[in-house]
Amino acid sequence: MTNQVFPDIPQEKFRFVHDEKANIHDARFETKPIGYFKDAWSRFKKNGSSVLAAIIIVLLILFAVLTPLFSTYSMAFTDSYYTYLTPKSEFFSRFGIWDGCSSRTMNQQTYDYFKAANAIVKVKRSYEEGAFGRTNTYYDVVVDNYKAVGYVYLNLSVAEYEAARAYEQENSVQLFYPMVDEGKVQQDVNKTNANYWFAHNKKGVATLDDEGNFEPIYKTDDTSADGYAYYTMKMGGKQYQVRVFYYDWFTYLHGEEPCFLFGTDATGHDILIRLACGARFSLLLSVIVSMLNFCIGTVYGAIEGYYGGKVDLIMERIVDVLYAIPTMVLFSLIQLRWGKELGVVGALLLAFVLTGWIGVASTVRAQFYRYKGQEYVLAARTLGAKDRRLIARHILPNALGTIVTSCVLMVPSVIFTESTLSYLGVLVMDTATLTSVGTMLSNAQSALSNYPHAIFFPALFISLMMISFNLFGNGLRDALNPSLRGSEEL
Amino acid sequence: MRNLWKYIVKRIVLMLFVCFIIMTICFVMIRMLPDQLPRSDGEKALAVQQMRKAWGYDKPIIVQYAIFLKKVFTEWDWGFCTKVGTYLNPVTSHIVQKLPPTVAINVCSMVVSIPLGLLLGIYAALKKNKWQDHVISVVIMLFISVPSYVYAFVVQYFLGYKLGWFPIVVAAGTNYFTPEMLHSIALPVMAMSFSTVASLMRSTRAELTECLTSDYMLLARTKGLTRRQATVRHALKNSMVPVMPMIIGQFVMVMSGSLVIEKIFGIPGIGSTYVSSILERDYSLFLAVSMFYTVISLIGTLVIDLSYGIIDPRIRMGGGKDND
Repeated sequence: MTNQVFPDIPQEKFRFVHDEKANIHDARFETKPIGYFKDAWSRFKKNGSSVLAAIIIVLLILFAVLTPLFSTYSMAFTDSYYTYLTPKSEFFSRFGIWDGCSSRTMNQQTYDYFKAANAIVKVKRSYEEGAFGRTNTYYDVVVDNYKAVGYVYLNLSVAEYEAARAYEQENSVQLFYPMVDEGKVQQDVNKTNANYWFAHNKKGVATLDDEGNFEPIYKTDDTSADGYAYYTMKMGGKQYQVRVFYYDWFTYLHGEEPCFLFGTDATGHDILIRLACGARFSLLLSVIVSMLNFCIGTVYGAIEGYYGGKVDLIMERIVDVLYAIPTMVLFSLIQLRWGKELGVVGALLLAFVLTGWIGVASTVRAQFYRYKGQEYVLAARTLGAKDRRLIARHILPNALGTIVTSCVLMVPSVIFTESTLSYLGVLVMDTATLTSVGTMLSNAQSALSNYPHAIFFPALFISLMMISFNLFGNGLRDALNPSLRGSEEL
Repeated sequence: MRNLWKYIVKRIVLMLFVCFIIMTICFVMIRMLPDQLPRSDGEKALAVQQMRKAWGYDKPIIVQYAIFLKKVFTEWDWGFCTKVGTYLNPVTSHIVQKLPPTVAINVCSMVVSIPLGLLLGIYAALKKNKWQDHVISVVIMLFISVPSYVYAFVVQYFLGYKLGWFPIVVAAGTNYFTPEMLHSIALPVMAMSFSTVASLMRSTRAELTECLTSDYMLLARTKGLTRRQATVRHALKNSMVPVMPMIIGQFVMVMSGSLVIEKIFGIPGIGSTYVSSILERDYSLFLAVSMFYTVISLIGTLVIDLSYGIIDPRIRMGGGKDND
């Protein structure tokens, strides 16, 4: 190897290895950065059942929020004649389902009664059955429950009467029917029942005329056009007692034919709107409780976990005591003690907030114990980070996944506790403006065997709600805490 | 072993302390409510008068509490029923009367649900990811999420009313475990069992699945054990470690009645007594039953915690700081 000497190399021969203008650092990431929540979302999307559950939750929330806006009937609506009406949907009734009708088997008297009230939709079959030496006729019929009320007597003021008469004229419909001659009603208990407008014998069986039709026993009045009396004066002429067909009268009062999608309950409330409002209440309550517990639990758990030692010991004993109080004892005690001062809902909220944060606090505490000794925390502390900054910026974000999951799972547990308590009657929330799903279940339970629809819809709602929230919560937990995936704890 | 005893004593002392605090809170809050004792006429008025005096209703609340504690600890006197049950019947005897129906129903429910839950859970784990497992998982999800009163309605309506197989409410009488009585408590037992079965199935399935895929199972198979032998001798045993405490907990909870189920089926047990004491404002009874529930649940937690250490010696009790 010979040493070559290059004495005079001109400057222009030199060239920088790197051009200053060219990029000398590594290639940029072509892909977009994936943050924590984006990562979680991509995992969550893959979990089919959780996505479905989330969709169902959204639908249920929409149901709770939108129904009161579009409903025909208001929350306070009641109708003393239309109690325990079966569900009827205008759309489905064309196909013979969900039409407010029910099948019944009845004897001749009842058959005549419903027939006179125009309530019989279809006679499936009639048969004779003997008992005690005589034969009775029985009918299997389909009864329209909306018309089973039939005719009723109403007391109207003069103004109301005139208005209804004007409406009759205008729309050429018949609202008022002739009064029944009470003297011809055979049984005393039926004298006030407006449906016995046909001639009948002592047993209540109709005595038909020659053509097989009902024979009316109307009260006569010579001054009226057709010779029948359409009202009797009450209170010295201030009130009219009239006889109306309730289906038509309802249509006149409310502007459309009665049609309750979910039926009505014992007091004649529309179940649809009550359920939506009850659901709205339950959801709102559970979200508020969940938020409050989130705040309290996070702060409490962070202080416990971060400072440890004596602070932790004392705070843990407080948690022990609060945690040991059985739920029922706590809720009933608070309802008894503060139910009047704070109102039912206030006391309920207090009871939920009093112990509900414990779960969140213990999660946060555990996470703090796990992370507070790690090097990065030490490094931050060495750089001069204060306690508050360490807690909020460095340690707490690690616990975010678990906290969010436990807050979401708190929603169904709050709904469950609230509905159980109101079901038991510890919470009484049955007013014109306030109800809850549990209250509806509790009210409907006594009629379970005859009117299962009153319990069906609230029970269906709460079951769907609980199932989908639990599925959603599980999916969320798997997505937010991939390390816990597969552990089946709810 | 000494460590274990020390741990147990420590836990019991803590438990008594917690009990005392809860009792104090309950007592103070209850005594601050209006209408402590209902007024009545005739001969009962005198009895009420005497009771007021004896319980110190005219004195400050601290003194009332001292009187109460003295009566409880010296004579086991928790007061008298005023609204629920027989008037002026001692609360303790009222509670004791109400226990048998609750215990009967809970025992029946346990007898049904524990074997069923375990077997189905094991079955699901063995058939992991086959259709049987999927069906069982869906059932678990349903039974765990849906509130117990919803199944109660369902069984009451379909089995009790539509099919008429079982009576809708429980028959009166005190002869439990006779055929008629068992027949009449079938529905509540069913309604109570669903959630227990589901939670047992879930833990058994989860634990057994984990055990079946662990390394020692592979070793057992390599040693020449058949799948069945390995499963029964090794996996099953290990998977029962977290499940057994649950079952033991069930035994303790036999005495605490389900409030909802007892209300739906009209069972005259401790749960319905509790509900009626709240609804009818029978304060002495309410306090006593509240304490009853508190003690039962505290004992339950304690027994569950202890049973972990007894079932699996690897779990040390109160050993060191890291176990606390």
